[in-house]
Amino acid sequence: MSFRGRLSTFLVLLAIAVALVVYSVATFLLPQSGVVDFTSAQPAGTPVNLTVQTVGSIGYGAHPTWVTYMVQAPGGQWLHDTTWKVPAHTRINVTVKQFDSGSPLRNQQWGRIQGVLGNVEVLNGKPISVYDSYSANGVGHTFAVPALGITVPLVGVDPNATNICSVAPCGSDSVSNTIKFSFVTPGPGEFRWQCFVPCAVGYLFGNGGAMSNSNYMGGFLDVTA
Amino acid sequence: MSDAATTTDTAGSGDPVKDRRHFARMVAIWLVLSLILDPLFYFLVGPHVPPGVMTSTAEENQFDFNVLMVIALPVLLGVWTYLGYSMVTWRASRAGATEPVGGEVARTHRGVQVWWIIITSFIVLCLAVFGTYEIIETNGAGGGEGPNPIWTPTGAHILPVQVIAQQWSFTYRYPTYGGFESSTLMVPVDTSIAFHVTSLDVIHSFWAYQLSIKADANPQVDNVAFTTTNHTGSVTVRCSELCGIWHGAMFNYGQVVSKSAFQSWATATEKATAANTKLLPPFAWTYTPDANGADGGYYPAADPYSPSEVYGAKQPAS
Repeated sequence: MSFRGRLSTFLVLLAIAVALVVYSVATFLLPQSGVVDFTSAQPAGTPVNLTVQTVGSIGYGAHPTWVTYMVQAPGGQWLHDTTWKVPAHTRINVTVKQFDSGSPLRNQQWGRIQGVLGNVEVLNGKPISVYDSYSANGVGHTFAVPALGITVPLVGVDPNATNICSVAPCGSDSVSNTIKFSFVTPGPGEFRWQCFVPCAVGYLFGNGGAMSNSNYMGGFLDVTA
Repeated sequence: MSDAATTTDTAGSGDPVKDRRHFARMVAIWLVLSLILDPLFYFLVGPHVPPGVMTSTAEENQFDFNVLMVIALPVLLGVWTYLGYSMVTWRASRAGATEPVGGEVARTHRGVQVWWIIITSFIVLCLAVFGTYEIIETNGAGGGEGPNPIWTPTGAHILPVQVIAQQWSFTYRYPTYGGFESSTLMVPVDTSIAFHVTSLDVIHSFWAYQLSIKADANPQVDNVAFTTTNHTGSVTVRCSELCGIWHGAMFNYGQVVSKSAFQSWATATEKATAANTKLLPPFAWTYTPDANGADGGYYPAADPYSPSEVYGAKQPAS
């Protein structure tokens, strides 16, 4: 092959390699999640109601078996987005519908409710400040915002129930636990939230799959002024 | 330099006296710059060099960095002096001004080569000896790290603080206060601390920047690092081992506070967390998570080495 031919081949291969690298990096870095805006749903200064659900398997999409969070947009529809835009210095009233089963926590430290108002969560109408993850159905997931010191265990449902939800969004015909708590947002900033239960079944350490993709068991609170 | 002039007729001016004068001038410039800038750096910049002086290990690290800089600065100045002098004296536009030891000549110039090897070897060996001594000496920069630390603090009272890393957060247990666990690192001033660092999942690294402690957090390993706190202040803790998607967000903050403030905090936290402390596994230097715990196997179920111990099962005392 002539020098020009070799050079052309080299340049083409180089361009393909660069394109693949750029694509891979961009795919990994770019947000895979849409942003659900809660800042304009009600008058400034009034509490924001944030309703989410945790489901054992999303039931559709590229990874139908992956565990996930879903969020209810102000309009009422359920969305598979984990970046939530909320106003600063505002009380956020969170309702979690927990549809997944549970087990003992890898670290019971996450069974202590922290960083929310009163350091309590209301589990099916009953306020608790600590949940023993070795009891009953254990803990399915947690809602934690490390930078704000928030940790809330989401208690698991009966794994033997016949009506466990396996396709999101789940409805009232499926077994669930309702967990309510409130917290006050700080000043503007982006705060990561995540589940501290290694709940990605089938992955080493339970922290691969849904736990290592930003649109399933983790996301951001986008706190704006 | 004089060797250059004597070994080749094509190098330099060909006049050994003139070449020796160039060399003397360069040495004089280099010496003056070094004698001025080295003390200026050590006394003016040195006290502000990271990681500061919050702990004994931080102080040792700062001293080490300053010593390295004091040695490196003259080397840098030597290169710059030679470069500057050459550009002025032997620039191409000056007819007949051939550099005495540069280019082709340097390849066969035994004097330059021998002295280069002697000086650089001497500096590197001295730094190796200095660095090794600084790491292993008592209260040295190495923090006495490891499952079997090479030194331990001599103080009568050493506060043990267990650092538990997990994807993706650090928590801290205080065995001398009932074994409570906290998401915040709090330590008293003027106290020797023994950090016992371990992990519940993958390999992390506990880096308390201002404390100048950096210790790997390995599952089922009790990695010990010592330090003695000298000043109060804020501490930033980061994970310095790539450990998954949220590695970059695996950080939190801590405080070095007065002894009385620490006592108050520890007592209050012990009380506030008592209900949860009862549910924590008994304090142990390492923990083995449940093989199937929390729906996330510590090892794959098919792994023949998968341990079956329940998380928190007390390990043999190390």
